[in-house]
Amino acid sequence: MTLPAPDPARRITPLELFLGFASIAISGFGGVMPFARRMMVERRQWLTPAEFTDLVSLGQILPGPNIVNVSICVGWRFAGVPGIFAALAGLVFVPFWIVIGFGIIHATFGEVPRVQGAFAGIACAGAGLVIATGLKMAWPMLGNVQAMVFIALGFVAIAVFRWPLVPVVLVLAVLSIVVTAWMRGRR
Amino acid sequence: MKTADTLLLMLSNFALMSLFAIGGANSVLPEMHRFVVEQQGWLTHQQFAELFGLAQGVPGPNMLVVALIGYHVAGIPGALICTIGLIGPSSLLTYFVYRVWDRFRGSAWRELIQKSAAPVTVGLVLASGYIIARSADHTWAAAAITIAVALLTATTRAHPLIWLVIAAALGAFGLI
Repeated sequence: MTLPAPDPARRITPLELFLGFASIAISGFGGVMPFARRMMVERRQWLTPAEFTDLVSLGQILPGPNIVNVSICVGWRFAGVPGIFAALAGLVFVPFWIVIGFGIIHATFGEVPRVQGAFAGIACAGAGLVIATGLKMAWPMLGNVQAMVFIALGFVAIAVFRWPLVPVVLVLAVLSIVVTAWMRGRR
Repeated sequence: MKTADTLLLMLSNFALMSLFAIGGANSVLPEMHRFVVEQQGWLTHQQFAELFGLAQGVPGPNMLVVALIGYHVAGIPGALICTIGLIGPSSLLTYFVYRVWDRFRGSAWRELIQKSAAPVTVGLVLASGYIIARSADHTWAAAAITIAVALLTATTRAHPLIWLVIAAALGAFGLI
């Protein structure tokens, strides 16, 4: 059994990891995954396409932002625990300060009428962007009755009844696994 | 409330959300809204929606909306605490799972979990969109922009930043 231990044959320095993930972070607006692939697979060839896909699918089944999870795995694999911190610092704490800069602008000029109007516009568009993300994710499941029932249950529990996330996720995730496994058993 | 108490409360809440953020930050937005707007009253509905939109228009992973929320509530320490809270526990979990990942990579369990979690995640993301839209859209024009941006982003390959800029311009000229 080989564990995905830090790879002795292929070392990437923490500094390279930091710079690489910082470059991913500052080129991506909204979603950074396409940039992550370009940087790690195509440009710097840290990972093969198959390895990248494997890490993304691991990131998906675990909680937390997928790209953050990918950065943990890549950082650890190539430079151990210091690599994790370097990758996270680049990915999260470089854009962090840019975001804070905008937060200061919002806090300082948010009451100026024209700026207030602009922020109101951004808020409306931001809502549209999340809805689009949800629609794009839902698209491949269209026609799959079981999936659509679970989409509806999640939506109604959270958006309509405003139930807390933790019990909703626990119950729906377990239910979804049981139903999926049971449907397979019948086939 | 003392600042230390506020920070601790933020840390514990976001750290719990971290472990339930299936599909990333977009899934936990309703919970953040519940916590910071409805329970604590730290932000208004409008402010929450604005900070979310702002985070979409800034480079970086879109989970950084938590930094904006934290900053608004308790300055830079708040921003750091919220960010660390939201990514800390999930990152720790990833670290431990990755170390044994080879054993599960090809297992039936992995595929079962992935397939079962996907629709639940979609429901949560759509709920996030609905809650932010309800917070942001006070006029018919505002709702029309949300719907237009949703449809244009879902059906075209145009960069989403374009829609944010157009919507900001419309808002600045008082058209929303």
